[in-house]
This record gives sequence, structure tokens and C-alpha cells, in this order.
Amino acid sequence: MAEAKQAIQRPLSPHLSIYRPLINMMMSIVHRITGTALYFGTLLLAAWLVAAAMGEEQFALVNTLFGHPIGKLVLLGYTWALIHHMLGGLRHLLWDTGRGLQIWQVNVLSWMTILGSISLTLALWAFALVLRGGL
Amino acid sequence: MDHRTPLARVRGLGSAREGTDHFWKQRLTAVSNFVLVCFLIWLLVKLAGADYATVKRTLARPQNAIPLLLLVLSGVIHMRLGMQTIIEDYVHSEGRKVAALMLNSFFTIAIGLTCVFAVLKLSFGA
Repeated sequence: MAEAKQAIQRPLSPHLSIYRPLINMMMSIVHRITGTALYFGTLLLAAWLVAAAMGEEQFALVNTLFGHPIGKLVLLGYTWALIHHMLGGLRHLLWDTGRGLQIWQVNVLSWMTILGSISLTLALWAFALVLRGGL
Repeated sequence: MDHRTPLARVRGLGSAREGTDHFWKQRLTAVSNFVLVCFLIWLLVKLAGADYATVKRTLARPQNAIPLLLLVLSGVIHMRLGMQTIIEDYVHSEGRKVAALMLNSFFTIAIGLTCVFAVLKLSFGA
């Protein structure tokens, strides 16, 4: 029945494609994308934990995969997605209280999310690399 | 017999009869995820490049295993709710939507239990 109703072609209001991209709109989209990436990214955490639980051989295999340049790139992306989604989440929690909703505040908070996530990710990786002494 | 008006019965619940349950659980787990993910990042930075014995010993400690278990629980609830919203927004065919929602539940429960099993095995296993 729902299918039959959908067949009726109703006029639609203009959507995303006609709007000039704005920073808050981009951050909203990226929040969903990072959320989805993290959703499937839990497979990486699960692989790591299961390998550690299975034994030294399996753990070494997963570490080799994570240590490969492509693996490292994936982990770097995962770190960024995680931090970006966390900062975006904090922004949403603030908005939930009704604060920070002036246009200029929305723009500042949105810019803070993207700039903060990139710099925090780089700082974290630099810190981890210094700690273990190189790549 | 229920003497309340139809409006009084549904007020605050919405058409799905869950009210703000979804919204609230998403926020609740957002807050717990924030704290627990900070812990995870700290743990992973500490374990970067560590050998197997160190990783195994560290993950088996209760002060690390318990927050990890809490993170998995809080994380998969948050994931399931978030993906549910995305599916409901973008999958319009009723059949595919129901299938996707089922897969969402299966995936999050499976990944959650897998992680929990691994952490418990590290803690209690040989």
C-alpha cells in the first residue's frame, strides 16, 4: 500500500542541490558521514580485540595490517572521524540546551568543529609517534 | 475502562508511542561515549607499538577491561540508534527499510557481543 502511494508524482520543494553550501550544513552532513564511518569502523576495534584474545600470531597479523601504509591511513581517517564526531556531538549537546543558536555562534561552532578535529587528530598522532619514537 | 480522551493518551508519545525515548537514549549514550572514547584514545596511545604480552596484560586489567566493556555497550546502542535514523531517512521502500533495520540490529548486537567476548576472554581466559 505504501508502495502504491509513492507512485504518485507530487511536486517537490527544492532540495540540497540548489543551496549555496554553508559551513553548518556541511558539518551536519559530515556528522552523518563520520557516524556511518565509525559504525563500520568498529570492525577494526573488534578485529584488534579478537586478535589479542586469540593469540600472539593473530595479533601480529592484525598489527601488520594496521602497520601497512594503507592501514595507517585508514587508522588516521578513523581517528579523525572519531574526534570530528565527538566534537560535533558536543556542539549538538550545547544546541540541545537552546544555547549557541545565533547565526554567528552557529558559524563559529561549526568552524571550531572542523578545525578542532583536524588539529586534535594531528596533535594526537604526533604525540603517539613521539611516544613510540617514529612511524 | 479508560476515561481519558484520545489526545490525553497519546500526548507526549508521538505516533510511534515511544515519545522522546530514541532522542534521550542517543543523548545519554553520547555523553557516556564522550567520556569512554577519551579513555579509549588514551589507552590506544599508551599501547601504540607495544608488544603482545604488554597489550594482553594491559587489556586484562579490570581498570581497563571494565571501561572497555562499558564503551562497547554504550557505543553499540548509540550506533544502532544513529544508523536507524539514517535508514529511516534515506531508505523509502518499505521492504528494504525493514530489512536494513533488521541488519542494523544484527550487526550492532553481533559486533557488541564479539568485542565483549574478546575482552572477557582476555580478562578470564588463559
